Formats: sequence, structure tokens, C-alpha cells
Amino acid sequence: MSQPTAPAPSLEVSGLAYAYPDGHQALFGVDLTVGRGERVALLGPNGAGKTTLVLHLNGILDAGAGTVRVAGLPVEKRNLAEIRRRVGIVFQDPDDQLFMPTVREDVAFGPAASGLRGAELEERVTEALKQVGMEEYANRPPHHLSFGQRRRVAVATVLAMRPEILVLDEPSSNLDPASRRELADILRSLDVTVLMVTHDLPYALELCPRAVILSEGVIAADDRTQDLLCDEKLMRNHRLELPFGFDPRSVTLDVPRL
Amino acid sequence: MGAGHAHKLYRHGHSPVHDLPPHCKIAAAFCFVVVVVSTPRESVWAFGLYAVLLGAVTAFARIPAGFLLKRLLIEVPFVAFALLMPFVVPGEQTHVLGLSVSVPGLWGAWNVLAKGTLGVAASVLLASTTELRSLLLGLQRLKLPPLLVQIASFMIRYGDVITDEMRRMSIARRSRGFEARGVRQWGVLAKSAGALFIRSYERGERVHLAMVSRGYAGSMPVIDEVTASRTQWAHAAVLPVLALAICLLGWTL
Amino acid sequence: MHVPDGFIDAPVSAAAGVVAAGAVAVSLRGARRELGGTSRSSAAESGGERTAPLAGLVAAFIFAVQMLNFPVAAGTSGHLLGGALAAILVGPYTGVLCVTVVLLMQGILFADGGLTALGVNVVVMGITTTVVAYALFRGLLGVLPRTRRSVTAASFVAALVSVPAAAGAFTLIYWIGGTTDIPIGKVFTAMVGVHVLIGIGEAVITALTVGAVIAVRPDLVHGARGLTSSLKLRVDGELVDAPARQPAAPVAARSHRGIWVTGLVTALVLAGFVSYYASADPDGLEKVAADQGIDKKTEEHAAKDSPLADYGVKDISDTRISGGLAGVIGVGATVVVGSGVFYVVRRRRTQDAPDGTSRAGENV
Repeated sequence: MSQPTAPAPSLEVSGLAYAYPDGHQALFGVDLTVGRGERVALLGPNGAGKTTLVLHLNGILDAGAGTVRVAGLPVEKRNLAEIRRRVGIVFQDPDDQLFMPTVREDVAFGPAASGLRGAELEERVTEALKQVGMEEYANRPPHHLSFGQRRRVAVATVLAMRPEILVLDEPSSNLDPASRRELADILRSLDVTVLMVTHDLPYALELCPRAVILSEGVIAADDRTQDLLCDEKLMRNHRLELPFGFDPRSVTLDVPRL
Repeated sequence: MGAGHAHKLYRHGHSPVHDLPPHCKIAAAFCFVVVVVSTPRESVWAFGLYAVLLGAVTAFARIPAGFLLKRLLIEVPFVAFALLMPFVVPGEQTHVLGLSVSVPGLWGAWNVLAKGTLGVAASVLLASTTELRSLLLGLQRLKLPPLLVQIASFMIRYGDVITDEMRRMSIARRSRGFEARGVRQWGVLAKSAGALFIRSYERGERVHLAMVSRGYAGSMPVIDEVTASRTQWAHAAVLPVLALAICLLGWTL
Repeated sequence: MHVPDGFIDAPVSAAAGVVAAGAVAVSLRGARRELGGTSRSSAAESGGERTAPLAGLVAAFIFAVQMLNFPVAAGTSGHLLGGALAAILVGPYTGVLCVTVVLLMQGILFADGGLTALGVNVVVMGITTTVVAYALFRGLLGVLPRTRRSVTAASFVAALVSVPAAAGAFTLIYWIGGTTDIPIGKVFTAMVGVHVLIGIGEAVITALTVGAVIAVRPDLVHGARGLTSSLKLRVDGELVDAPARQPAAPVAARSHRGIWVTGLVTALVLAGFVSYYASADPDGLEKVAADQGIDKKTEEHAAKDSPLADYGVKDISDTRISGGLAGVIGVGATVVVGSGVFYVVRRRRTQDAPDGTSRAGENV
């Protein structure tokens, strides 16, 4: 969008290592590149460091070693405002994300924090809400919405910032099947790079042509999602299990571009 | 859970009172109460007139009287206190229904009752004609420190969420056969309270992360601002000005 | 304790408002320091202010926890006022802000506490409780051995004293600006006497709650932060949570007895105070005491049980306490209940101690 040097990938993580102040090391040299417009699933067992990685993408955690670049821009203190505009993180619990009194204000929060006002701001809000099909709920307080609706609004709050890359933390958790599908439709319709952290393997397969497995603080595998899911040994080694009765081989996908 | 139950304090409607800007209403309610409190208690008629004024506003706002009266119950504990006064306050004694009561005590009771009731009624009218969100905007407009308004708005936003969590914890406790009957169970209840605190605090940390992720750098962007025209101010001023007139009459008569 | 309009005269209400505004202004500055960071969050401090979301959530917590009923006996129940708890958990400045916001919202939304009396309410319930509780708490921690038990015990005393202190503050304000001349000695006796009893409940709940938090996330207890960080420094590295969970058992037993004595002495002193006044003005006291006691109870129910729904009023039927001995009985009850509760708590605590952490987790 604001990037003239087009070839820069949306996300470039190299050699990222991080230890929490209490000494617990979560990341041991992560390398990951996500190209423009790609949809990538980030899989991994609990405690693999997925959330830690996500918090590095917009500079909430400071890399101990290694670098993160978003569309070519390194994640550093002086770039933080721009980085946070470019990286939209949708957190797992929409109640954490929707902290303003009304949906509209919540969606406006990001763009307003970056200085947008008036009609332009209003336009952004409407546009983002339209993208997730929630425009008629603009003036409702978030806690009056259903869980699925809240999750959609949470996506809108991030879309309103016109991010380079959308990072979703467990987007399908706690959703009923209908909301799950609706969210999938929304995500597919967006023209934006997506990195999706999830345990929901069928969902990953449905939405993301490519998947990476983060295990014990490193990227352990990086391949087509279907191939990964079909590799039983790999899956078992990283505590990833498919739901009962689900066979990734039986699914035919019309893989889009890429 | 947590979805769907609208606030019972606010009565949705479209009336001239509902449509006034919130800060005008807050200011008007506050001034009205100040005037009421400053009225000499001997001017019994003045309080009657105040009540009439509030009644007029209620009718204007199309708030059912029953709704208002029910909310007045909040005052009951102090009514008990007021009823006590005639028996406790020393001074000139008189006889009412065969009971010996003190005159200053009676006046004191009357004073507390009348002023307290009018104050509660004014607040109730304010809360039932103004949405929560607008109340906060109004307070912000009235130059309450922004941080305080933010804290209040987070409190309102998460009050339901946390109350819900508390309710779920209580259901979980009872589902496992726990019944709080007396002091012996306080330990368990307090542990729930402790857990609730930790959850709240950790949620606060997560909310902060979510805010920072969207570019928060210490101050909330002003997205909505309420404004009031001169006429709106004038309309809101009707109540306190009339009250002031009554009050002044009360002092002079 | 929410004071309505017309209870305190206009000038004093205004003065209280000014005091409250000043204290809030100071707290606004102080809160920024207090919410600087806990052990887990320091890394996330890359910008932005934590005060608003954290204080907001804590205020919501206080608001919610005031609705948590603690059954006493025979259908009556009490609940937490929360000033002391807030001060100990998040620090005095944030505590003042949180309680102030709760009071502000109660006043505007629920008409609980008059608009003109907001200043009085903030001074009495927001500032007095938190400041007294926190000062006592820090003072005791300074004297006591640095263990988790001391923190719990100090919370008990702090909360115990904070409630009658608030009653005292109210009496003082009433003395200066009360609209009716009730003999101030009576008001004081009744208020403080009743609130010593309430304070015991508050103290038990506060101490247990602080104990529960400290067992799981000691870093979140503001008042005990010195405690955890000093423990952390010694290890500094591999073992993650171990330092915070050291029970330090042998020291605890001794310190606990010390606290028990301190608490008992405090209760006795306060009770003695009551009895002095009680014998000074026997006439009419028992009624004030009795009715205010009821008053307290009903008010607390009405005020917070279900602020969003029906303001039901219960427990008002109890008007039978009569006879001139109310004061004396009150004193006796204070001591007996106080020491009894102390005893029970102590026993429970010692039983719970070894598996306290896991239990807290279970009850979540």
C-alpha cells in the first residue's frame, strides 16, 4: 500500500530468539518469510512460543536476537507507530480487544490513534465494518453482541488500520460452526496477507494454502498445509492431532494463486 | 453470556429530555441538587414545588412514575436513619401520636428526607434519560480528568464481563456441591474473589496489549465529542433556574 | 455508607469536594507510577500507558466483588467494601482512583450517594479507607518478618481499622457540617461501634482474598512487591516460579501469633473506645446503634447486591435490640467475635497452608 518497493515480503523474521525476563526462553531462532497476499497457518502445540512470536511482530516484545521486518520496515522503537499500523493482531479473546464502549468507537480507535479524524475516520470505520458484515451494529456496545459477532468486530478493528498483514490468534476458537464459516468467508474475501495462529487444523487447511509448524521455539516444518497434515509422523512429533474422522487427503482444495 | 441484557437503568426513548446533550443534563441535575440542598428546611412549600418540577421533567421525559418510584428505594437506609432523628436529637419535645419526639429532630428528619429524596430523584431522572456512553462523554466534556473518564469507561465496559465471570465461578462452585452458608465458607469465597482479581488484572494487561497493538501511546484519541447549542443549554437550564427562583423565595419569605 | 444529598450542609460538602478533587489529582499522578509493571509485564512496556486499562479493570473488579455475598448466619450476609483491598492489591493511588470511579458511577447511575455529597463520599470511602489501610499495612510490613503470612496478617489489621476509620471520618464531617445536631458523641459511638463489627468481616475477607492472590500471583500484590522482588533477586535466572512460592514456615508461625495479638489488641482498643462512649451517653445510644446497624446492613444490600436490577431491601425487620445494655453487649460481641474469627482463620490458614496454592487454582 504505502510501499513503493513492491517485492519486499509482508513479513520477514530471521534468527529471532527471545527469553522472558524471568529467564524462560521461548524462541530459539525463528526464520519465517511470508510473501504479499499469502495466507499462512502457524501451527504448533501449546507452549511452542506461538504467542511470543506474535507479540514480536508488532514490537510489543523486543527481540533478544534476530530481526523482524514488516514490508521491509524493521521492527524497532522508532518505527513502532508505523509497524503497529501495518501489523494488525486479532487477539484470541474479543473481549480483550473490544475495549471501547461502542463498536464504532472501537473500530475507530486504531485509525484515530494514528491521527485520522472526521469524515475520513468515519469512512474507514464503515468500510471495515462492511468488510466483516457488521455495519448495522456500529452503535451497539460490544458486550451486547454474540461471540461470533464480537470476533468479527475484532477483525474489523484491525482492518480499519489497513494493515499490511493480519495476524489472527486462534480465530476459530469458541465459534459455532456457522460463525466459523462466516469468518472463513470474510477472511477469504480480504485482500491482505494473513498469518493465522491456530490449533484448528481443518480450518488451517480450509483457509491457508501454506502452513508452518512452530515447535520448541523454532520453525520445524514449512510446507503446503495439506502435505503437512498428511505427514503423520511429523504431526505426531509435534503434538498435532487431526479431529476424529478428518482425513486431509480426502479434501480437495481449489488452491488459489501461489 | 453477557450478551443481550441491556441496561435497566436507562429507559430508551425519544423525548426532549432524552435528546438534550449529556453534559447539559449532568450540569442541570447537579445545579438543581445544589439549589435544593441550599434551601432552608423551614420552607416546606419550596420542597413541594421542587417535587412538582421534577414531576414535570418526568412527564416530559415520558418516564413512568412507577419506574422512578421503584428506583427511589435506594434511599431507604437513610430513611431509617432519618426516622430515628426525632427520638435521638435533644431539644424541645413535642407529642406526635402519643410519642414524645424532639422538634429539632423532626426538622432534621424532614430535611434529610426531603433533600435526599429530591437528590435521588434527580439522579434517577438523569440516569434513566441518558445512555451510559453519553454520560461518560458528558463527564469528559465537563472537564473531568481524561484518565478518570477512561477508567470509568473501562469499568463500565468490563463491569458486565467481570460480573459474568463471577457468576460463572459461583455456578461452578455450586455445581460441585459447595453452598455458602456461613463464616466457615468465607475462605472459599475469598479465594474466588482473589481469582477474580487475578483474572481482572490479567485481562487489564491483555487489554493494554490490544490497545498498544493498535497504536495506543498513552492518550485515548477523541473520537466523539458532544456539543451543545445555546438553545440546548437554555432548555437544560430551565430546571435549575426555576429551582433557584424557588430557593431565593424560600430565603426571603 | 453512601451519604445522600442534604445530609451534610452545602459549604462542607463543597469543601469535601475540593479535598476529594485534590486527592484525586494527586492519585492520578501517583497511579502512573504504581501501575508501572509487574514481573511478567516489564518486557511489554514498549509504549503506552497502563493506568487506564488496569485501573479500569480493577475498578470493575471492586464493583463486582461488592456484589459477592459473604453469608454470616441466619440469612444475613455481608460483602466487601473494597477500599483496603484495592489499596493493598494495586497501591493507594490506584486504589483511591478505583474507589472514586466506583463511587462516581454509583452516584450518577444508581443514585446511590447524592451528587452534592460525592465529595464527602469520596473522602470517607475512597480516601480514608485506602490511605489508612495502606499506611497501616506498610507500617506493619515494615515491622513484621518479610513473609507472605505477614502480608496476609497486615491486610487483616489494615482492613479492620480502615472501616471504623472511615466511620470516624464521616463523624468528623458530620460534626462540622451535619444538618442536624445529633450529639456528636452518640454519632461517633454508634458509627465506630457498628463499623468495628463490619470491619472484622471486611478484615477477614480482605486478608483471605489477599492471601489467595499472593498464593498464585504474588507479583500482583502491590503491597508485597518488595517482598517478591527481593526474593527474585537472589535466584535471578533458571528457576522460574520457585522463589515466590517459598512458604518460610518456621518464621511464619511466630509472626502469625504476633499478628494475632496485634489484631486483638487493636480490636480491644477500639472496643474499649466504644465502651467508654457507651457508658458516657447511655441514653438513646442503643437505639442508634441498633438501628444504624440495621441501617448498615440494609444499605449494603440495597446498594450493591444487584445494582443493575432490583434494589430489594432486606433485613429491615430487626428492631428488637432493646435495653440499656446494647453498648456493653456490642463490646463483648466485638471481642468474642473478633477473637473467634481470628482463631478460626488461623486454624484454617494453618491447615490450608501446604496446599494453599493448588486449592486456589482449583477454586477458580
